[in-house]
Amino acid sequence: MTDIQLVQLAIAILFLPLLGFTAVIFAGMKIKKAYLIEVSIIILAFLASVFLMVQKLVYFPDVNIVKEFTWVNLGNTPLLGPIQWDLGIIVDNLSVIMIFVVTLISMLVHLFSIVYMHGDKRYNRYFAYLGIFTFSMTGIVFTHNMLMMYIFWELVGLSSYLLIGFWFEKKSASDASKKAFIVNRIGDIGMFSGILILFATYKTFTFETIFNEIAKGHLPFGSELWLTITGLLIFAGAIGKSAQFPLHVWLPDAMEGPTPVSALIHAATMVAAGVYLVVRIFALLSADALMIIATIGAISAFIPATIALTQNDIKKVLAYSTVSQLGYMIMALGVGAFHFAFFHLITHAFFKACLFLGSGSVIHAMHHEQDIRNMGGLKKKLPVTYATFLMSTLAISGVPLTSGFLSKDGILAGTWAFAGLTGNYLFAAVGFLVAAMTAFYMFRLVILAFHGEPRNKEKYDHAHESPWLMAMPLVLLAGLSVFFWYTPNPIDGGKGWFVSKWINEPTLVAPNKYEFFKEKEVSQISEANVVEHSAKSNANHEVMFSETYTEAMHHAHYPAMILSLIVAGIGIFFSFFIYQWKKADPEKIANKIKPLYNLSYNKWYFDEIYDATFVKGTLLLSSALAWIDAKIIDGIVDGSADVTRAISRFSGKFDSVVVDGLVNFMAYLSGFIGLIFRRFQTGKVQTYVVLVVFSLVIILFLLK
Amino acid sequence: MITIGLTHYLIISSILFSLGLFGIITRKNAIMVLMGVELILNAANINFIAFGKYNNYNHGQLYALFVIVLAAAEAAIALAIVLNIYKNFSTVNVDEIDTLKD
Repeated sequence: MTDIQLVQLAIAILFLPLLGFTAVIFAGMKIKKAYLIEVSIIILAFLASVFLMVQKLVYFPDVNIVKEFTWVNLGNTPLLGPIQWDLGIIVDNLSVIMIFVVTLISMLVHLFSIVYMHGDKRYNRYFAYLGIFTFSMTGIVFTHNMLMMYIFWELVGLSSYLLIGFWFEKKSASDASKKAFIVNRIGDIGMFSGILILFATYKTFTFETIFNEIAKGHLPFGSELWLTITGLLIFAGAIGKSAQFPLHVWLPDAMEGPTPVSALIHAATMVAAGVYLVVRIFALLSADALMIIATIGAISAFIPATIALTQNDIKKVLAYSTVSQLGYMIMALGVGAFHFAFFHLITHAFFKACLFLGSGSVIHAMHHEQDIRNMGGLKKKLPVTYATFLMSTLAISGVPLTSGFLSKDGILAGTWAFAGLTGNYLFAAVGFLVAAMTAFYMFRLVILAFHGEPRNKEKYDHAHESPWLMAMPLVLLAGLSVFFWYTPNPIDGGKGWFVSKWINEPTLVAPNKYEFFKEKEVSQISEANVVEHSAKSNANHEVMFSETYTEAMHHAHYPAMILSLIVAGIGIFFSFFIYQWKKADPEKIANKIKPLYNLSYNKWYFDEIYDATFVKGTLLLSSALAWIDAKIIDGIVDGSADVTRAISRFSGKFDSVVVDGLVNFMAYLSGFIGLIFRRFQTGKVQTYVVLVVFSLVIILFLLK
Repeated sequence: MITIGLTHYLIISSILFSLGLFGIITRKNAIMVLMGVELILNAANINFIAFGKYNNYNHGQLYALFVIVLAAAEAAIALAIVLNIYKNFSTVNVDEIDTLKD
């Protein structure tokens, strides 16, 4: 296949789900089986993306295939200069891997949902929403410019809103969907401002062009500070979508949506879009921006991990775990462990989707019971679900021979290397601490749900293993959590084909990068036009990923790996110690550290704080504005109305008295004059003759 | 010895004109009004001829001839009108014919 054909295939993958959405949304009211269209289309899209990924990775491993066209060309506008908007598709290694993940999980969720959502009254509409979501997500993955990124970004937000609020009869679900939408909007404002700054500076939305301009030293407003601000503004979009601190509050609430949706959107793909965005714009982020990003990532990794320790809702635990893991990726990007952040994004997508679908399977089996205190002993009843859930839990906890071990280990090595090079040990400490907590709460979940004796006998008796259509996606995803898909070496992910061959190193164009990135300067930037279709854009750049950092990561690898094994082991051990062998009573421990426990159990009071400050503040401001509106603005309006009325009354009087009087007077005068002159009009010819003669005589007399 | 000059003619014609006008104004009978009109026309004729003669301007007689012809035509039409008036109103008294007022 030629590169153009690959692009055409990518466009086909992009628009197939939209086709499915359109078909189902229109046919769904009439045809009961309309969802089958969507399911078959998504299977087709998945096969196409497998084909695309294989073709791309085998035949064009080092080429970024770009195809673009001009969408809007306003020419040389008088005030703003030349304005031209290009739309385009980029097929590079990142996008084909990402599209594989998106279509795979989307397909599995479609299949899972066929059973899970069976009997829902809006069954077809559900599949249509899944279709529009897959379309938007595909758009984010393939876009080569900020404009399309933003459009699809918002579309993803919309489909997330629709799916969270799918059971909108439930108040909590409709509230959660609104919350997700509004919180996301806060981040999107930042992203939009960032895009506007970029467009105002470079007159283009295309990533490559912007990076090339920055590499040439063309900065927004000519200052590095503004480049940092721009990067952070765009990152704000990622904060919203990837549920990073302080905008993470929407994700746990989003669990009100159907569980397969949580797996697809709120675990594997949409929340990963934020990380994907940072990966895409990684080149333009300066050292200061990366530092802030790493800090936000660290906070987002730490706080939700502590919250997840005490939650009792199976989906809430997984939701906080998702935020925590996303924070991990963001932190990894911040410290420069670019490859492993993306690697973790992929591995996490698989095992977290598996965990969510597994929890869906449990919830389905338990007839919509989500509280793990009412579960227990499900191992015997749900063997397939248990096996896959355990496999994914091992992966997320970072147990060797799993994919999660490789990627998490890489991130920890990255933070370790960062600590060694800069002396900043904070991120490494957070990384290991969170790794321990993750292992603890995930095994707590497994033990409470599947091990031990059933705590709710009635529900336990009715529980049953899910049909094959639900079990198959679980098995497949659990299978993808094994190391050998990514690397032949089970203890070092960096050597495998995934990290070293498939993920191309990004070009680092921002002038202000970490010191250890800087040692290899860009020798020259080729003037070659990257806009030219299927340009080998990679070949035009000098790769700036420094040897020092790679070297440091290499050295950090083994200590980090050993330490991560130890902390994961400690976490798992304590989990078994407390919940499996019951050597310690969790309630007693909780009572001993009551304030800390309450803090965690109440989710650090984020909702309450936001409620007290932002929500109450907004309400207060609104009522103040309402008061101003009602009293002052309305007062002015009413006052002017009164004045107008008074003026009208006066002018009405003037009209009826003066003007009408004048008119009537004129009429009366005319009548009076008429009364006089009618005497002359006798109708007798002779009178007229007399008058004529008389007048003539007078005229003659006057003319004389 | 008084020679007859232009002034005498004009006096005659003035008297004639005044008589005609008097007739038009005062007579009740429409026929008599018409006769007043004829008198006025003839007063004009005397003026034409008199001025023609005393100014050596023979066209005056020509105009007089025109006026006589015109008077004949006028008399014919006017009498026809009077006849029609009589048919409509059953009277030729001009005082009673005042529908012009309405």
